[in-house]
Amino acid sequence: MQLAGRGVVCVRGGREVFSGLDFEATSGEAVAVVGRNGSGKTSLLRLIAGLLIPAGGTIALDGGDAELTLPEQCHYLGHRDALKPALSVAENLSFWADFLGGERLDAAESLATVGLDHAADLPAAFLSAGQRRRLSLARLLTVRRPVWLLDEPTNALDVAGQDMVGGLMREHLARGGLIIAATHAPLGIDSRQLRIGGAV
Amino acid sequence: MTLIDLANPTRFLALTARVLPWLAGATVILLAVGLYQSALAPDDYQQGATVKIMFIHVPNAWLSMFVWGVMSIASLGTLVWRHPLADVAAKAAAPIGAAFTFLALLTGSLWGRPMWGTYWEWDARLTSVLILFLMYLGLMALWRAVDDPSRAARAAAVLTLVGAINLPIIKFSVDWWNTLHQPASVMRMGGSTLDKSFLIPLLVMAIAFTLLFATLHIAAMRNEILRRRVRSLQMMQASRVAFSSESSAGSRAENASNEAGAA
Amino acid sequence: MTALSALVRRDIRIALRVGGGALIGVLFFLTVVVLMPFAVGPDLALLSRLGPAILWLGALLASLLTLDRLFMADHDDGSLDLITMSRTPLELACAAKALAHWLAAGLPLIVATPVLGLLLNLDMVATGAVALTLLAGTPALTFTGMIGAALAVTLHRGGLLMAVLVLPLSIPVLIFGVAASQAAIVGPMTFGAPFSILCALSLVSLVIGPFAAAASLRHGLD
Repeated sequence: MQLAGRGVVCVRGGREVFSGLDFEATSGEAVAVVGRNGSGKTSLLRLIAGLLIPAGGTIALDGGDAELTLPEQCHYLGHRDALKPALSVAENLSFWADFLGGERLDAAESLATVGLDHAADLPAAFLSAGQRRRLSLARLLTVRRPVWLLDEPTNALDVAGQDMVGGLMREHLARGGLIIAATHAPLGIDSRQLRIGGAV
Repeated sequence: MTLIDLANPTRFLALTARVLPWLAGATVILLAVGLYQSALAPDDYQQGATVKIMFIHVPNAWLSMFVWGVMSIASLGTLVWRHPLADVAAKAAAPIGAAFTFLALLTGSLWGRPMWGTYWEWDARLTSVLILFLMYLGLMALWRAVDDPSRAARAAAVLTLVGAINLPIIKFSVDWWNTLHQPASVMRMGGSTLDKSFLIPLLVMAIAFTLLFATLHIAAMRNEILRRRVRSLQMMQASRVAFSSESSAGSRAENASNEAGAA
Repeated sequence: MTALSALVRRDIRIALRVGGGALIGVLFFLTVVVLMPFAVGPDLALLSRLGPAILWLGALLASLLTLDRLFMADHDDGSLDLITMSRTPLELACAAKALAHWLAAGLPLIVATPVLGLLLNLDMVATGAVALTLLAGTPALTFTGMIGAALAVTLHRGGLLMAVLVLPLSIPVLIFGVAASQAAIVGPMTFGAPFSILCALSLVSLVIGPFAAAASLRHGLD
């Protein structure tokens, strides 16, 4: 499985963010997208996720499920955590598991992995920023997707949480997945660097 | 015993646990006496037996206003004296007040049915009560809309006090609007012209309903205090166990990744 | 199918819980209807003649104003991104959200109609006719209003702008809704003709609404 972008151009609000960007990632490989603020790290992830339309170039996944589009094979972990405060932790997770569909794992187990099993029945409104991040990560574990698009995955997490994310990413790569992560901090795993928008 | 003693929720719970059965007992006895007396009261020469709806209707109408008064005092308690139980009292009173107001509307419209020929007439009194009912519902919606009770409390307190000032103005406007359109209201029940055979059961019923409100209100306050305790326990659970599981979750992920690496 | 029913169940659950606002629509409906007699006077004969129109206007405003945040909430917390990316076609997801909104906010309006009919001196037949036309017509309001809600996400503003965009679209529903109710009460038209058109409007909006909303959401991605 290989994800490749050729000559990708991103235009936002009339401004060209980057152009002629080539990148690739193969199974079991993590790509760390680095660059200064505003260089288009988040935009690149959203282009891959199909949430932005590229102004030029192509992005394609080879060797994935031929029936599915690229966004349908991606997990996107953005700045916003897609949680409803009125629902309980378990309800939030099981909703996404039901809605996203595909191969799924036990929700209770992934809650335990991210350290939220004690809070399963509590409203998500009671969670701290770091705990909300953990709950979003549980979504990535419960529903299987080969491509993970992570935007600052360790944001709001403490040291133990950052280690946990590192562990989860290694596990995903070992299973043959691939990861594109936009990050300022070191990712904590072996990764190829993709620098966009010139020097940091 | 002063208000200061009641400020402590734990002491409030302990005290009311002892008071509540007596209050409930007194309510039941007075209600039974009142209903018995109402049944014995003679029929009205004009309205016949339907006049007996009055014994239910008037206490409900009285309480619909009294409860707003209680909430207004509690709101002052929230805004001015910062009494810790004031917003609990205000919040617990709203649904009960709405229920009494609804019963006043219902009995009023049943009472009016034989006279007007319809269940509803835009009579000045009933219309004012209907607006009061809407304000109760709005207040309850406000309490529901905000998750954090202490934040909702101030907004609700302001609205309650504004309502207390506005209610007489609304009542006056509605009276004026009504006389503009129809000269005489069908229902005229001046309290002073009532015969003694009506007045005594009515007074007993009014006291019985006021006691009923006190019983329900204290019970609802206890529920609200317990509900808030559950809430803060849940919040503690969300944060506390997270800290202790922080390390274990981290190591679990570490183990998992080691296994994956080995595989 | 699991995906769609999960979405419907989630939206209804949120609407009914603390901070949701499904029942505020009913309260708004009630308030609008209560305000009318103060403007036109308490003449019962006049009120019963205006009744169906007042109820329809109230239901129209109540169901459109609660639509405001149909997509906005999901946009603000990032859920909309995941819904867009998912294997469920966006059109179907939009339809599921509108259905959930109708069940949580539209259906209670119809349940409240008999009580409000009492206030406006409508008899049993008239109340039944209004409730039936609302049952047939409010889906059309929800599914056309949804287009406005999707545009509100695209334009980053909701509220009044959305109302201005959507209210003209709901004129046909209002015309045939009130016409059918009046036909049932006073004649001379038959109830069937305007009522069938009302049902047709609802069915058409069931098709157009989700496609237009999904298209608007796709183009509004950023």
